[in-house]
Amino acid sequence: MSLIVNSEFSNDVAKITLSGALDSSTASQLNETVQKIIPQSPKELVMFVEKLDFMSSAGLRVIIYAKQKLGPAVNLILVKPQEQLVETLRMTGLIFSVNIVDNYPE
Amino acid sequence: MAEFDTRIDYYPTHELNGIKYRRGRVLPFGATMVPNGVNFSIYSSTATSCTLVLFKKNAELPFVEIPFPDEFIIGNVYSMIVFDLDFENLEYGYRMDGPFDPGNGHRFDQTKILSDPYAKAIGGRDVWLAPPNWEKLYPFRSRLVFEDFDWEGDKPLETPTEDLIIYEMHVRSFTNHPSSGVKYKGTFAGIKEKIPYLIDLGVNCLELMPIYEFDEYEHSKQNPETGELLVNYWGYSTLNFFAPKSGYAATGKYGMQVDELKTLIKELHKNGIEVLLDVVFNHTAEGDHRGPTISFKGIDNKTYYMLTPEGYYYNFSGTGNTLNCNHPIVRNMVLDCLRYWASEYHIDGFRFDLAAILGRSQDGSPLSNPPLLESLAYDPVLAKCKLIAEAWDAGGLYLVGSFPCYGRWAEWNGKYRDTIRKFLKGDEGVVGDLSQRVQGSPDMYLERGATAGINFITCHDGFTLNDLVSYNQKHNEANGENNNDGNNENYSWNCGWEGETDDENINKLRHKQIKNALTILMVSQGVPMILMGDEMGRTQYGNNNTYCHDTIINWLDWSLLEKNTDLHNFARHMIHFRHKHPVLRNKFHFQNRDYKNTGFPDISFHGTKAWQADWANTSRVFAFMLDGGHAKNGYLNDDIIYVAMNMYWEPLSFELPQLPPGKNWHVAVNTEKSTPSDIYPFLKEPKMQNQHDITVWSRSIVILVGK
Repeated sequence: MSLIVNSEFSNDVAKITLSGALDSSTASQLNETVQKIIPQSPKELVMFVEKLDFMSSAGLRVIIYAKQKLGPAVNLILVKPQEQLVETLRMTGLIFSVNIVDNYPE
Repeated sequence: MAEFDTRIDYYPTHELNGIKYRRGRVLPFGATMVPNGVNFSIYSSTATSCTLVLFKKNAELPFVEIPFPDEFIIGNVYSMIVFDLDFENLEYGYRMDGPFDPGNGHRFDQTKILSDPYAKAIGGRDVWLAPPNWEKLYPFRSRLVFEDFDWEGDKPLETPTEDLIIYEMHVRSFTNHPSSGVKYKGTFAGIKEKIPYLIDLGVNCLELMPIYEFDEYEHSKQNPETGELLVNYWGYSTLNFFAPKSGYAATGKYGMQVDELKTLIKELHKNGIEVLLDVVFNHTAEGDHRGPTISFKGIDNKTYYMLTPEGYYYNFSGTGNTLNCNHPIVRNMVLDCLRYWASEYHIDGFRFDLAAILGRSQDGSPLSNPPLLESLAYDPVLAKCKLIAEAWDAGGLYLVGSFPCYGRWAEWNGKYRDTIRKFLKGDEGVVGDLSQRVQGSPDMYLERGATAGINFITCHDGFTLNDLVSYNQKHNEANGENNNDGNNENYSWNCGWEGETDDENINKLRHKQIKNALTILMVSQGVPMILMGDEMGRTQYGNNNTYCHDTIINWLDWSLLEKNTDLHNFARHMIHFRHKHPVLRNKFHFQNRDYKNTGFPDISFHGTKAWQADWANTSRVFAFMLDGGHAKNGYLNDDIIYVAMNMYWEPLSFELPQLPPGKNWHVAVNTEKSTPSDIYPFLKEPKMQNQHDITVWSRSIVILVGK
């Protein structure tokens, strides 16, 4: 399965929409997007992940990387993650580093 | 991602099939991420050549095999940096060439692809008991891990050893039973869900049975009678010393076992619970000359294993081979490994399986000053870690009481286990020995203090506490070895019927005996260890060697909490009793004198007459009194605690020591009574009407608190 990554940046908020599978073969796509966003110093990074069906270790690593690069003051928001993704974040402890919400103005 | 480093060091100098590489750095061993690449480094003293083999994750065939050019070899170390690798999607191994000359200790086989001894994760058994592809060219694959976990300020807890209450646990057994109610059964995540239970129970230290990557299919077979698949369930057979067992992680199938384990450790630490690992450095999963070549055997057989003069494997472990751990190279690997777990996983300490082997020289003879044990004791990174030895091995070396300790090492006190068991079943001639055990075994650890001994009555090896009072004999038929395996000397007593029974009197006596055992364990100086489930009467159906069962024989049945409410209630209150009374947790031995001028010696011994212990061979009674003014070796004040034990088959009256004016005896524990009168919560102990003597019922223990 492939991954589709869309991103936009406005009003100091970076938005990334993901759909498909975030695994070792596709994580580099997200990583490239994150690399471009970091120098713009967003105040918030919002990931719309409702249509993200799978995340492996590689995807987790990109989220950890983004969080570490942006620093604790920048909110990392996941919008409407599927149950599997929430469970993965919970078991690996990353759930404490992100905010999970049901809605965010697109 | 790290920025590109422009120093010349990082430019590739070689290329093969489009893969760019250059000479690497010799240290550290293993695969290390460096800017734009991975540094691979491996040692072999006798290989004639080495090839790095790289796979995409789960691919059947490698995408490249890169021989190490001569100029990449420094001393006996092969190192190489390979550029532009996808860390997430990479598996690697080595081919080593050299002589196949078993008589001289060499077993090179270039057809095998070998796991890296320093790999930080291993692929191949990602999901517990998932059927493997037996034809796979390279079954146990080295992988890279990231060290980007957010510990949020966590570090090892450094709880004083004398304050620990250890709970020995098998990761899968703890929550795999359907009754556990957790979402991810049998995993690290499952344990995390049960942290509230552990807090309520009061234990402050988990000792996890092996969690290094192992192959649950090793030596698997079908029980000829039942058809049950018997597996390497306990995991005392290491594939790799640096990699956590993927099958113990719910996220193992996604390659996130490292994160899941670290999350568990962080959460346990947040709740004041330490984590000890049961580590198996005495042998590996490669077996003897008939066993598979997975890693060490094909990399440098003669270095990693103790070999006979004919080139066969010494078998001091009882499992086929013996790791040559006092060889300087292997010693360094053990040190590197433990440092890694202490620093990267925040592990609080280690229990060394069959640790007497770690004191053997390369020819197998016992050393008086074993360099590995000394190195571990003085290591700067491990300086605050608990080091605990199972101070015997399968080759007959028994070092309980004499394990080379360097002021650091503690021991599983096997003599404590045997003495308490004999006393509980009413054996004669045990009281003198018992008096030493409850004092923290000063006869064995005079110079080392009370914390040198880990006190236990049961552990994974042998009967559970319920079975100790329910079976006279082991019943290991389910292991498929004609009941020949497992220990024959269990010092157990079935209370009148072998196995389960509906007889109320027998069941009542069994519960009382379990409470007696827990009581003695919690009032003994030293460090108590409880076996998972003993607090709720877990049974292994009389099996005292359950190494091979992935069934209810091993899984903790949580419905026992309802069935044996009285046991669980008693256990948690007894644990809290120990936490509330520092006089039970002294670091140094008693002096048998009143060095604080309180009017009582720190410990005194009694019998049915106060101040007169009955040391006769026929005696089955023992009482002792701890003076609270001498708590924590005189630094804290506590109540006076009096413990009277009667393992005689008739009730006996015990004359009580007279308390100072203004103090009275209160009943904290009476194992003869039924719940809730068997144990009273702290500060709710009822005052005794009769302050002069007390009847202690047959096979019962009473604890009084003087305040």
